Parts: sequence; structure tokens; C-alpha cells
Amino acid sequence: MDGYLTILILIGLGAAFSAGNVVLSQFLGPKKPTPEKAAAYECGMPAVGDARERQSIKFYLVAMIFLLFDIEIAFLYPWALAFRDLGMVGLLQVVTFLALLTTGYVYVWRKGVFDWGS
Amino acid sequence: MSTGSIDTSPVLDTLRAAVPDAAIDGLPSIDMPTFVVGREHLLEVCRTLRDHPALQFAFLADVIGVDRLPAEPRFEVVYHAACLGPASGAGAPARRVRFKVQLAADDGWVPSVVGIWPTANWLEREIFDLLGLVFDGHPDLRRVLMPDDWQGHPLRKDYPVQIRKDTATWSPLQVSVEEFAENMRRRREEATRQAQSPHGDA
Amino acid sequence: MAELEIPVLTTTVEKMVQWARRSAIWPVTFGLACCAIEMMAMSCSRYDIARFGAEVFRGSPRQSDLMIIAGRLSRKMAPVLRRVYDQMPEPKWVISMGACASCGGVFDNYAIVQGVEQVVPIDVYVPGCPPRPESLIYGIVQLQRKIDQQRMSA
Repeated sequence: MDGYLTILILIGLGAAFSAGNVVLSQFLGPKKPTPEKAAAYECGMPAVGDARERQSIKFYLVAMIFLLFDIEIAFLYPWALAFRDLGMVGLLQVVTFLALLTTGYVYVWRKGVFDWGS
Repeated sequence: MSTGSIDTSPVLDTLRAAVPDAAIDGLPSIDMPTFVVGREHLLEVCRTLRDHPALQFAFLADVIGVDRLPAEPRFEVVYHAACLGPASGAGAPARRVRFKVQLAADDGWVPSVVGIWPTANWLEREIFDLLGLVFDGHPDLRRVLMPDDWQGHPLRKDYPVQIRKDTATWSPLQVSVEEFAENMRRRREEATRQAQSPHGDA
Repeated sequence: MAELEIPVLTTTVEKMVQWARRSAIWPVTFGLACCAIEMMAMSCSRYDIARFGAEVFRGSPRQSDLMIIAGRLSRKMAPVLRRVYDQMPEPKWVISMGACASCGGVFDNYAIVQGVEQVVPIDVYVPGCPPRPESLIYGIVQLQRKIDQQRMSA
């Protein structure tokens, strides 16, 4: 447990230093807000239009699919470590697990989530 | 073509055969065939230069404006075109040509060659901005080097060199898309209106 | 912290703040013309401005303290310069590098602003066309001395 305590102290000191600097600059820093200072940065040019545009739904879908398959991989790691002890039964269970997820993958593929051409 | 008469350059001969009613006057030059063409035949000559199989000057190198005050005619617009040769897929040998249009002081307009060589867009805008020559048919004739609301054309010979003027430092914080398009449209219209007055404001 | 009446504490805190500010002046990239080449040379390994604290040239004005106006400022660029200066948070300083930024230089004409001080307030002028990197480093060192004398205002 000794090693973990050291790391905990290190994390604590780092967090305290960062937080302390932020708090200190809140007290010691000058505060002179102006509308020009708060304006959106557009390399010195006036900003044209609102930044709130409609984004494509494709990004959201890809993020969701990535998350699901990332969790699947996270489940595969402990199975791989305990592979010998789980034997044939364990293998069949994992193959079923993968087959179910692959069905979902094929469904998503056929639905056109991966098609970024359009 | 430093020896022989400039008039017998193959480029000029082909051009004269293809566009017989344009008066192509050769000028003395040491590096490339040079000629003067009238404003009314400019577009036809340019199209021939680009499309004729023996010429194929598909590359417009530069468009230049000249103010020759107090000589007459006051303004010249000089075009440099190049054929990049068989190495680039052209069917004609690699060579360059220079041609110019001469304009009087109170008659400073020229048809735009943007429809023939699209690269002339900003080149002609620069000439409009700095010399005040109008390009008829240009899709977007606005100032390009000077600030958008500048009065006068700085590279004219009668424009003062030293200006003692306060520097404008204001710009809007946020512009909506409609305002932006409106500003561009207004600048374009002001440019054409300014240009249609017989003398550009100095 | 102006409410603190203890002079020793205020002086010490002030000295610490001044030391912190002068030791890490981060410039914003505002190279306009040929002086920018000398500014780049100053930031490279031979003359190395990083040993004086200007570790990185920040791309965004929001993360920088110093604006080195290196080069000719044209009239069309003046609003852009003003806007970028406005968007820098306090405390901020400006160095006018070279002859063109300081007074218009050799270009006394319609296009060039005759002296950037018409647009932004300047702390240090560095003459030259372009100034050698050592000159600009000397300018930054002078700016550090100026920061040492600045009172801290809350």
C-alpha cells in the first residue's frame, strides 16, 4: 500500500498546485472586461454568423458505435487473461457474445452509418 | 524575335488570319511577340488566343495597368499570356505573347476577360482598385488591396504619395451572414457606380 | 489586494508578481513583414528568446502577454491589429519592432500607417530595419525592467 500512498500524495500536490494557481490569479489578476475583449476570436476580423450551426448526425452515430465496441473489447480482456481456466465452455460463451454483437454491427453497416459519402 | 520584322511573327500571322477585322499592330519588343488591339475586338482576340489549335495560350500570366500621364492615351491594360507547350498537353509550342489595350483618360473601361481566363478575376480587381479602370462584365468588381471604403485610386500619377489621414481602427464585433452578404453587394455596387462616372474620384 | 495595509506584505507580493510577470512573457504571433524573419531568428536556437521567458509564441491572443508588432502595418490591417490587441487579457504589453512599425519607416505613403502608436499604446520601440535579434532581445530585456517598476493594480 506504500506505493499507492506516494502516488496519492503526488496527485494531491499536483491538484493543489493547479487549483492554487487558478485561485491566486483570480485574486491577483487585473479584471478589465470590455466588449471587444469578450468578442469571438476570428483572427482580428469581425465574426460572420453564429457558431451554432447544425452539425451532421453522422458524428454522433459513429461515437455511439465506437463506445459499444470499445466496451466489447473491454470485456474481452479479462476473458483472455482467464482463458485457460474457462476452457471450452468459456470459449463458446464468448463466441456467442461476439456473434450477437457482430449481428448488430452488420445491421448498422447495412443501415448506412458508415457511409460518409452522402 | 530580335532579328527581322516583328510583324511576321507566327503568332501575329495566325491571329490576323483568324480575326481579320481586328487591327493587330505589332510593337517592337525583344522577348515575345507584342501587339496592340482595340477594345472592341479584345474578347474575340482573347478567345482565339486561347482556343485556336495553333495558338492555345491557355495560361494568363498577368494583367497590368499602366498610367502614362501626361502622355496620350493615358491608360494601358497589358496582358501576358503563355502557352505551356506539349509537355503540359497543349498542341502548340511553348511561347508567350503580350498584348495591350490603350484607353483615353476619360474613357477608362475595358471588357473583362474573366469569362475566358478565370484567373483574371483578382488581377482585374487590383487594376480597378489602384488605377480606377472598369472591367465590364466582371462578376465581382470590388477593391482588393485598399480598404473597402477608400476613396480614390492610389497608383494614378495625380494621386498624392504622402497621405496624412487618421487611421480607422473600428470594425464590428459580430456580423450576421445577411449583413456580410449585404456589405459585399454594396461594395460591388459602389464600385460600379464609382466607375460609371466619367472621371474616377481622385 | 489593495485593501491590505501591511506595506511589507504588499511589497513582497508585488515583487513576486512582478517577477512572475517578467519571467514568462509569452508573445502573440504578429509578424507582418521582414521584421518577422528577425523575430523568428530571435526565437530560434542561436539567439533563443526562451531563455528570457518567452517560451512559446501563442497563436491566440487570449493566451499571450506581449504583442511584438514586427513589420509594416497597412491601413487595411489596422482594425485587425486593434481587435487582436483588444482581445489580449490584462496585463499586456506591446513592442513596436522595426522602423516601419515605429514611424512608418521608409514607406511614407498612402498604404502604411505612420507609426503603430496611432492604433495601440506602445511600451518599447526597437529601431532598425530590421533590428538584429540582439536588438530585439535588448528590447525585451528593457520591457522586463519596465515591468519591474510597474505597480500592481487590482
